[in-house]
Amino acid sequence: MTTMTHDETQALIQEVLEAYPEKAKKDRAKHLAVNDQSLEQSKKCIISNRKSLPGVMTVRGCAYAGSKGVVWGPIKDMIHLSHGPVGCGQYSRAGRRNYYVGHTGVNTFGTMNFTSDFQEKDIVFGGDKKLAKLIDEMNQLFPLAKGISVQSECPIGLIGDDIEAVSKKKGKELDKPIVPVRCEGFRGVSQSLGHHIANDAIRDWVIGNRDGDETFATTPYDVAVIGDYNIGGDAWASRILLEEMGLRVVAQWSGDGTLAEMELTPKVRLNLIHCYRSMNYISRHMEEKYGIPWMEYNFFGPTKIAESLRKIAAFFDETIQANAEKVIAKYEAEYQAIIAKYRPRLEGKRVMLYVGGLRPRHVIGAYEDLGMEVVGTGYEFAHNDDYDRTIKEMGNATLLYDDVTGYEFEEFVKKIKPDLIGSGIKEKYIFQKMGVPFRQMHSWDYSGPYHGYDGFAIFARDMDMTINNPCWKSMQAPWLKTADAESQTLAA
Amino acid sequence: MAIRQCAIYGKGGIGKSTTTQNLVAGLAELGMKVMIVGCDPKADSTRLILHAKAQNSIMEMAANAGSVEDLELEDVLKVGYRDIKCVESGGPEPGVGCAGRGVITAINFLEEEGAYTDDLDFVFYDVLGDVVCGGFAMPIRENKAQEIYIVCSGEMMAMYAANNIAKGIVKYASSGSVRLAGLICNSRNTAREDELIMELARQLGTQMIHFVPRDNVVQRAEIRRMTVIEYDPTAKQAQEYRDLAKKIIENKMFVIPKPITMEALEDLLMEFGLMDGEDESIIGKTAAEEAVA
Repeated sequence: MTTMTHDETQALIQEVLEAYPEKAKKDRAKHLAVNDQSLEQSKKCIISNRKSLPGVMTVRGCAYAGSKGVVWGPIKDMIHLSHGPVGCGQYSRAGRRNYYVGHTGVNTFGTMNFTSDFQEKDIVFGGDKKLAKLIDEMNQLFPLAKGISVQSECPIGLIGDDIEAVSKKKGKELDKPIVPVRCEGFRGVSQSLGHHIANDAIRDWVIGNRDGDETFATTPYDVAVIGDYNIGGDAWASRILLEEMGLRVVAQWSGDGTLAEMELTPKVRLNLIHCYRSMNYISRHMEEKYGIPWMEYNFFGPTKIAESLRKIAAFFDETIQANAEKVIAKYEAEYQAIIAKYRPRLEGKRVMLYVGGLRPRHVIGAYEDLGMEVVGTGYEFAHNDDYDRTIKEMGNATLLYDDVTGYEFEEFVKKIKPDLIGSGIKEKYIFQKMGVPFRQMHSWDYSGPYHGYDGFAIFARDMDMTINNPCWKSMQAPWLKTADAESQTLAA
Repeated sequence: MAIRQCAIYGKGGIGKSTTTQNLVAGLAELGMKVMIVGCDPKADSTRLILHAKAQNSIMEMAANAGSVEDLELEDVLKVGYRDIKCVESGGPEPGVGCAGRGVITAINFLEEEGAYTDDLDFVFYDVLGDVVCGGFAMPIRENKAQEIYIVCSGEMMAMYAANNIAKGIVKYASSGSVRLAGLICNSRNTAREDELIMELARQLGTQMIHFVPRDNVVQRAEIRRMTVIEYDPTAKQAQEYRDLAKKIIENKMFVIPKPITMEALEDLLMEFGLMDGEDESIIGKTAAEEAVA
């Protein structure tokens, strides 16, 4: 299928919407759009961050997932207590591939599950005393934990436990930050509010901890990497580029991050935001309170990497700017070789994406570096400022879908027939069974890193081995094959 | 005969627990087998029957034992005056936890443990004053109480509360078999109180099943942790509770109430002189402003 025109894409949306009852059709129509690069603001074409409709299949998470799973969970030297019944913590345990170094259970706690395991009596009589006891126990068993965050599950908000009072008291007693986070799952429409709540907790309980403390020796080249969750080692592949250009990465949030790094972040000169959606709040706060500028960067694929390195360097002096050019030049032979190897195998392949709040726009450039085209993209939990940033990245007449439903996504794929889908675990097996090559773009399908020049090599290899995998030619059972289909398969 | 399950609701402090225990004593005197289920974290719904301050409540025992599954029925079911069975759901101190969930847990426990034996004639649920969440509506959800008695008086707030409870009953009546069985007027000696409550009952589509006059013997008995019937069976007030008990046994008037509007309720209060007609000139005026005017 060749590239669709604006009208064809619009007609496709209409066709898919037809299956809905009137009210649902009206609602979903606002979340589906044809991209138009001439628009300055996405609100003219798409609506986002609204409650999902009952009855459709949404893959969204909850506020607890946004706080515990995304923002707080990767802070490795703190214990993150899933406060409430056991399930939320246990079923999400170690589910994100945010790598870290350390001795788990000794000085790092990333893949462990700490839960207050609420019972009926805790609901009825309240869990504050239990929380206080747990904090003592955790501190005794894991004395190297630098602090504790209390991640509220739904019942905490329902029964009105005063986790702030317990946290304050215990924090004073133990002389460690104990951070209460009101990320009850029923709040908000997706995990997005959980990111915001988690950011607010960092603002209120962490960011100001070293105000007035000048003992940390700063340099004019101090930066913080914020919103890189180090999936498959992404943050490591990113920070080496920053360090090679002469910057000092004082803090890395939250993948492989520490409490001390968060506390030191207000001392840096520039905040570098990778996942804008989940960490823009705290960056804006530091801009307001400490006057630290921030910028959103993108380390997917050589084009975007070079663009971002130059943009970052522009905040600093000529030495750094010259260094940025050196870094780009240093890796040029490497990434050109990758492009030379994979581009011929991937040229013209069409991709549909559906990811969280950042990658639906950030990885477009990496695909384009390999000669591929992203023909449809959408976010689980983006807001309109994310779509504002997406319009220019996507080609005209491509498809945008917000909080896409299971039905819509399948129908779009049937009609658009992409060569690759990049989405999550919930989508993976459906599309693979439909015979469409698929990559998980939340977890990198247990591969990675994909950030930086190192990551680009792995990204290119992974896309190639998925799209050009011989298995896709064996999708039809031999006894169902007609002579015609057989000749087609051979031709392909 | 099937167990008749009755729930007593009403404004906080109106005398639900006192009325319930006294009337249950009357029922027991008439040979009825009765169980009282206290649905209030204060756990004071059975003390006049048991002569005890607050018995071991289900939730308190469960918290001590570990979980409600660790309890046996005999741990929490106590027998008092004339073999009246008593249980208290219990719950947290004010301001913590979820008392409503405690009521749900406690009633589920009683059902699972077979507390509702066939020899019972009546079960009475004495429920915390304000139905603040779903937990306190548990006794009127399906397969639980089918008769609701609202204790009220001729005071304005008691009548507001009665009307609000009627609204709650409508909600559950449409999906189940719960019905309003009558208003019990627990007198506060306000003017024309009986007429007023009868009129309210008429407008709600129900009856004032009994007018319980005010009598200090109730307090004298309470100090001794006893019902009037036990403390002084010859007292005039004891006869009032017997009458109420008898009327409840004979009661056949179970209705889906017709809650009245705020305006209708205010009209009623004005008619009986409990409220003045609205004077728009005084709305939003402070005392100081009125003094100047």
